[in-house]
Amino acid sequence: MYIYNDFDEKFVRERTRQFRGQVEKRLDGYLTEDEFKPLRLMNGLYLQLHAYMLRVAIPYGTLDSTKMRKLADIADKWDKGYGHFTTRQNIQYNWPKLKDVPDILDALANVGMHAIQTSGNCIRNVTADHFAGAAADEIEDPRPTAELLRQWSTDHPEFQFLPRKFKIAVSGAPNDRAVTKAHDIGIRMVRDDKGEAGYEIIVGGGLGRTPMVGKVIREFLPRAELLPYLEAILQVYNLRGRRDNKYKARIKILVHETGLDEIRDAVEKAYEFIKPEFSHPSDELVNGIARYFEPPQFNNVQTAAFDKALEENPALCSFVETNVAEHKNPAYGIVTISLKPVGGTPGDATSEQMRTVADLAEKFSHDEVRISHEQNIVLPHVRKADIAEIYQVLKEAGLATANIGLISDIIACPGMDYCALATARSIPIAQEISTRFNELKLEHEIGELKIKISGCINACGHHHVGHIGILGLDKAGIENYQITLGGDATETMALGERAGPGFSAEELVPALERLIDTYLNVRESSQEIFLDAYRRLGAEPFLTALYPEAEKDAA
Amino acid sequence: MTVIIRDGNFCEDEWMANGGAFISLDQFDLETHERDSEITGIDIPNSTDAESIEGLLELVSAIRIPFPSFADGRGFSIAKRLRQMGYEGLLRAKGHILADQYPLALRSGFDEIELLAPLAGRQPERQWRDSLTRVENNYQDRLSGRNSIARTAETA
Repeated sequence: MYIYNDFDEKFVRERTRQFRGQVEKRLDGYLTEDEFKPLRLMNGLYLQLHAYMLRVAIPYGTLDSTKMRKLADIADKWDKGYGHFTTRQNIQYNWPKLKDVPDILDALANVGMHAIQTSGNCIRNVTADHFAGAAADEIEDPRPTAELLRQWSTDHPEFQFLPRKFKIAVSGAPNDRAVTKAHDIGIRMVRDDKGEAGYEIIVGGGLGRTPMVGKVIREFLPRAELLPYLEAILQVYNLRGRRDNKYKARIKILVHETGLDEIRDAVEKAYEFIKPEFSHPSDELVNGIARYFEPPQFNNVQTAAFDKALEENPALCSFVETNVAEHKNPAYGIVTISLKPVGGTPGDATSEQMRTVADLAEKFSHDEVRISHEQNIVLPHVRKADIAEIYQVLKEAGLATANIGLISDIIACPGMDYCALATARSIPIAQEISTRFNELKLEHEIGELKIKISGCINACGHHHVGHIGILGLDKAGIENYQITLGGDATETMALGERAGPGFSAEELVPALERLIDTYLNVRESSQEIFLDAYRRLGAEPFLTALYPEAEKDAA
Repeated sequence: MTVIIRDGNFCEDEWMANGGAFISLDQFDLETHERDSEITGIDIPNSTDAESIEGLLELVSAIRIPFPSFADGRGFSIAKRLRQMGYEGLLRAKGHILADQYPLALRSGFDEIELLAPLAGRQPERQWRDSLTRVENNYQDRLSGRNSIARTAETA
């Protein structure tokens, strides 16, 4: 994991000192609330429905036990004993007091963490594949690139007051687990015909009220050109992005309205100006970063004990089936810890749970932890021989839910329970769905199914790319939930199609039950997941399930 | 009334005191232009495409870019691009700028800030001086291998 050098340390300390000053300036009246707002946002501090909310960056979702324990301590000392892991691999505290925030930032700085640029109209925390460095299908670890981008984007003088926020994701594997096509810039690590390593650069993707799939602006960018080329994209966006309407201010709208070819030309032109004065970082610096991400010393022990434990313990077997992914080292597995217990709040973890995870990571995962954009926690390097023991510990901590990728592994935004923008509740809907399908004991029968819930059209819950997406709206004071079908967040990204009129909170779960029943009836085999059945058959049978009355009327 | 901020100090408008003036871009006629470039400055909107004024850069010694709101960061990129194009004259940012943005302005290539008096009143001189400490030690200079383009008292 990347460890701060003297420069990073000094920078974060200075930034914390600066924010302390800004809080004082605000409290003393030198800054108006309007002026303070972008400054606090740039340090991750929001004003929500009931209180301030602090969003702490977990760069590319990577943590160690020391950092995780600090997150737990902060939850205990300055919040209500829990934190919420987000779809951008960050953690949010929902109840900090303004006067305490500088102290929280100091506590974070003590372990090399911060809340810089987790909000505001700037380049946000860079995200990456949560299986980075561990996945069997990986071409290369995306985290050295993500760390380079973190450094480049931090306090960039030109890009702190962009038309709108700007999100970058990096993936190092052909299977896209970082949703790169739904980011302002998506970066995929690729090789050209000569085997040379480089990047595919995707631009203009995004969800929100105008969802768009990102487009390839450069098929192959040599490794050494990454930063100056991205600087060119950002410069074009900063100068040309719309500022007249915040809902049309993201780069996806600029690309859409201007056309990809014209934007590409403008970027290439800007690049010509930037290139001469921006040589890529020195090899020394780049290699210095890469060294922090070298694989741990794997211990290739026998796995016979593991096979035996699987035979003896069906619950463990079920856990392994859903929550353990293939590691590049056959003696190892990648363990995903679900933060989606039946009836729980997706992404929430108590301080005790965080400490349990920290202990496990230290003992069994080469001291590495990851946060996934699906709001779960990952132990990336676990010997198969240790999985049975880990499972026991997780079970005792209430963290052994075996549902990764299944119907109750739901992404949900905070919704009206916390968020000032929300038009409907999300968390209680997620809880109802997981409770109901747990009662039906159908979850494993249904297999892979991604439900994603947003509590307003800003789509923080990624509903557009859920196999089943749920969007909560306010219709004359009553919550109304629209369903979209057929979305896909991976390398075969697709936006879900709206099924029809929305459902009330009471009608929603029964409607989903009809939908799932239909899927189980029409699928070719248990191997055909919901999304594949939808793609094969089209919307028709599923719409009939959702709207039986309409069918009857038409008949 | 406006205040000029240079090297972290509130000071008088040297450009004006030395006979300089700013004229707006649409009054600037390349064909008939006969002014002394030493005392000619130009006001450009922050929607200007820097390359469209390439022909002017040799004819002026000062360029002023407006910040209608502190949240509108276009001026930073225009300044940067003008420096990338080789413009060496005075670059002034005018309008709604916060002391906390001062390092960004300097690092984007601005020399000085022109602030309306009430805004300067709310942001006393020491805040701007304090901000100066954040010009050095930035990630971008480290990464790009370039020297800072920030023109502070030490470097100018």
